[in-house]
Amino acid sequence: MSQNVVVIGGGPAGIEASRRLRDLGYTPILIEKEPVLGGHLARWDRLFPDGVESASILRPMLEDLDGVKYFTDTEISSINRLKDTWVVMLSNGLSAQVRAILLTTGFDLFKAEKKEEYGYGIYDRVITNADLETWFKSGAAPQHDDVNVIGFVHCVGSRDEKAGNRQCSKVCCVTAVKQACEIKERFPDATVYCFYMDLRMFGRKYEDLYLKAQKDFGIRFVRGRVSEVSEDLDGHLFVKAEDTLFGKPLKIKMDLLVLMAGMAPSAETQELARMVNVLPGEDGFFTPQSIIGSPCSASREGIFYAGTATGPKTIPETLSEANAAALAIDRYLKMPQKR
Amino acid sequence: MIDFGYGLTPSATLKVENVKNPHFEQLHALEPDVVKCIACGSCTASCSAGVFTEMSLRRVILSLQRGREKETLPMLRHCMLCGKCQLVCPRGINTRHLILSIGKVYKMEEGL
Repeated sequence: MSQNVVVIGGGPAGIEASRRLRDLGYTPILIEKEPVLGGHLARWDRLFPDGVESASILRPMLEDLDGVKYFTDTEISSINRLKDTWVVMLSNGLSAQVRAILLTTGFDLFKAEKKEEYGYGIYDRVITNADLETWFKSGAAPQHDDVNVIGFVHCVGSRDEKAGNRQCSKVCCVTAVKQACEIKERFPDATVYCFYMDLRMFGRKYEDLYLKAQKDFGIRFVRGRVSEVSEDLDGHLFVKAEDTLFGKPLKIKMDLLVLMAGMAPSAETQELARMVNVLPGEDGFFTPQSIIGSPCSASREGIFYAGTATGPKTIPETLSEANAAALAIDRYLKMPQKR
Repeated sequence: MIDFGYGLTPSATLKVENVKNPHFEQLHALEPDVVKCIACGSCTASCSAGVFTEMSLRRVILSLQRGREKETLPMLRHCMLCGKCQLVCPRGINTRHLILSIGKVYKMEEGL
């Protein structure tokens, strides 16, 4: 009988690692709290830098789950150490005794309403990057018919000590540029602005997307963080920022404002960390043994990480890490057990 | 001297290598957060004085770092210490207190 491995979190990292563990001869038990597998990826329409459909990445993964035991709508009730194993109790009453647990708990999208000065949840015309993806995916018509000036606010809940998120969320810059181009395709006559502090186009082809946004889509880039948003009597928005390159404050009337909500540590991190007795980092993400040398291993024996549970990552980075984690677990389980 | 009708124009480049900044070091000791600025411009965007005057806290901080303190007084004199910049600073800098400390270190009390 093949050995079980518990994988907690059924997003891209958990699914990919489970498939790989199965290929290596193990029986992964994949636990997902939501009714469906796929995590944030299942709700996203298209992916940077080429605009491929998220479904084209996720569907083949979901169709290849033979040999993976997965439970949706299921949470972790408790995890206890028993000799050199972990006993995992699930909310559905089942339990598993395993030598290795992989935590692929991912991230939570920053709650944009926390940045009250941007008016998300107060003004109708303020939406988030996730709302925009839902809109793109469903093909539903926009709420407002007079969408002529559209703004994207970078770093919402990223690089923000007051919001409790000091880290850069890494993927929002290029997501904003991608979404700006996509919205321009839908509203060719609209003027689209991106308000950024730094444009972190770190990946292959990201800079090309930025160039395309400037050259082919005429996106206007303003270097300055939006400081506040207000609404006029007709429900249009007034956005204030400083054009820091020009050195003057700027005020602009907008019909739609998209907040690029960043990645915050998943809400389950603290509770799971307590259960397996590890200490999350100051930023709230799980901290591997060595960020460079062993990014998939925790400081506790038999605990492994993959994906955004240890900090913001792109989809390809997450998938590579899931594969690396499967190999790390395989190596660990093949080591002779200490007596 | 024969006047040829043209003269030397002083260089307009910033001479950062020559900047001796005892005042800035003093300010830094008093307000360690002054070096945390990421120049996002939130302060300037929300500044109630900046709409009508040249006040810009982002530029004040940059000018002090570059040793161009003379350029800051005309800006700072318009500050009403309303503290709106402090509400929006993503790095959580106590901007209002910083402005008061700049006045103290650079002896600008009469200007402020």
